[in-house]
Amino acid sequence: MRLLINKIFLGLSILSALIGLSFLAWILITLFLKGLGSFHFSLFVNDLIDGGLRNLIVGQMILAGLASAIGIPLGMAAGIYIQEYGQGRYASLIRDLSDIMMSAPSIVIGAFVYAIVVVPMGGTSGWAGAIALAIMMIPVVINTTDSMLSLVPRELREAGIALGASKYKVIIDIVIKAAKVGIMTGILLAFARIVGETAPLLFTSETSNYFSLNLNESFPSLTVSIYDLANEPEESSRDLAWAASFILTVMVLIINLTGRFITRNKK
Amino acid sequence: MEKIFQKLSLASATLVFILLIGIFMTLYSAAKPAIEEFGVNFITNPAWNKEVPLTNEVETKAPSTLTTQDSVADDDSIADEDDDMLLDDDEEDIATKTIYGGLVPIVGTLLSTLIALAFAMPIAMGIAVFLAEIAPKNISNVVGIAIELLAAIPSIIFGMWGLYYFAPIIADIVGGYQVSLLTAGLVLGVMILPFMAAITRDSMNTTPAVLKESAYALGATKFEVIKDIIFPYSKVGIIGSIILALGRALGETMAVAFLIGSIFELPKAINSPTISIPVAMANNFGEASGLGESALFYLALILFIISFAVISLAKFYFLKKAK
Repeated sequence: MRLLINKIFLGLSILSALIGLSFLAWILITLFLKGLGSFHFSLFVNDLIDGGLRNLIVGQMILAGLASAIGIPLGMAAGIYIQEYGQGRYASLIRDLSDIMMSAPSIVIGAFVYAIVVVPMGGTSGWAGAIALAIMMIPVVINTTDSMLSLVPRELREAGIALGASKYKVIIDIVIKAAKVGIMTGILLAFARIVGETAPLLFTSETSNYFSLNLNESFPSLTVSIYDLANEPEESSRDLAWAASFILTVMVLIINLTGRFITRNKK
Repeated sequence: MEKIFQKLSLASATLVFILLIGIFMTLYSAAKPAIEEFGVNFITNPAWNKEVPLTNEVETKAPSTLTTQDSVADDDSIADEDDDMLLDDDEEDIATKTIYGGLVPIVGTLLSTLIALAFAMPIAMGIAVFLAEIAPKNISNVVGIAIELLAAIPSIIFGMWGLYYFAPIIADIVGGYQVSLLTAGLVLGVMILPFMAAITRDSMNTTPAVLKESAYALGATKFEVIKDIIFPYSKVGIIGSIILALGRALGETMAVAFLIGSIFELPKAINSPTISIPVAMANNFGEASGLGESALFYLALILFIISFAVISLAKFYFLKKAK
């Protein structure tokens, strides 16, 4: 009897793993079939106004890249403070708040940026979108930096100080170097996450049918356009949405896997 | 140089603090007109964007809010006389006003999250047990990565897949609408599944090997070890993981936006459409202005406070205790 219960339990557990895997397979196969069906290389040449996706892909990468340019230095600096400089209460308060912010609803961050950037500027803009994504990214970067720096052995820091290096030199040249791979993995995972974000962009950058590099106006976004296209009644729009989803997912998964492989190769 | 570097890092850390306070203050001040207009009753009012005759409202309103809410009221008039004056003086089209209540999206958010939890929890537990205890190390690694990839897929993809492929099947089985509370909740469940499984596995992995080995040595089966050793040991951490996943589900926008139906109506059954807070914001923010926009900010504030509370509870009560 005990053995039978054990068997049933193990079977159920394996079954749930299979269910999880089959969801992944189902989504990927759907994307692959639907996406590849409407996939054309002309999608990379034309803009949305001509039935292509070029402006959206470029726009999304610019938004995410700009968000990283804002979010990575700020997040890393804050992580360094928590781990290297901060003492006691304040540092752990910041760590806790950043943990909470990591799970804050992304749409609320969109609404916040709408109120502080879009309304004063008088309209949606690329800047607003990038700022919203940067706010999403900062807590993730803080979290990685913090936990990766905590893995660096104390002796390394002491050795640096003993050689007469100043503390910031030790942090930049020794501690960060030692934790480099881990931090890069974390940053790539964070980047992969914001590349696929839609909700914070809905009313900050919105999207545009045209190619644009002007960050002061509505900015083309792949994810927001997928949402718009998927809600349109025409079959052709929805096909385009599937092709865009396919490209988006491939981009996100490649960035994500790259991040994982960097750490793996190190070991 | 040392000083500059230290100051910069302190400033960046403080930025987190400022951002969080800033989000709260901004939402509050943007929601203020709606908060003053509707008060706490906002939470229990099922009407959204509904025209109501002004007279009914006036009776239930405190006089002080009346002067601020309506520019038609003459500045020199005393609050108590307002209702009479409005009725006498104003045209018919000013005699109605639009009211907003948050009950429908709040209920929609909570119910869809509950359905997601009920669906995801048993499967996530199963996966976690599989990864932590059953599978050989290399299989566990591969499956673990696959599960984490599922977590990496953008939420908008879950929404499209859910709407066109998953929901029709569910609607065939259960009946009712393809866009409904149920299908939205289930797709939300699929979304939080990998997240929940991963952190539950991490909690289970904290069980000391010595405890497990002693139980096996006494002749316990795997099921008994999991039930009597691992589960009690990591219980607090597992509950924390579940609550954390709940926090994620509460604020999810895109996956739900495709599936919940987006109508401001309380769901009559589990398979009828309704709306959630993030979806109400996503779909109405663009067109909203004035009081309507303020009401959306009020909803955002409520969502922010709920998820703040839920996440803090998970992080600082359960997960801290688990360490």
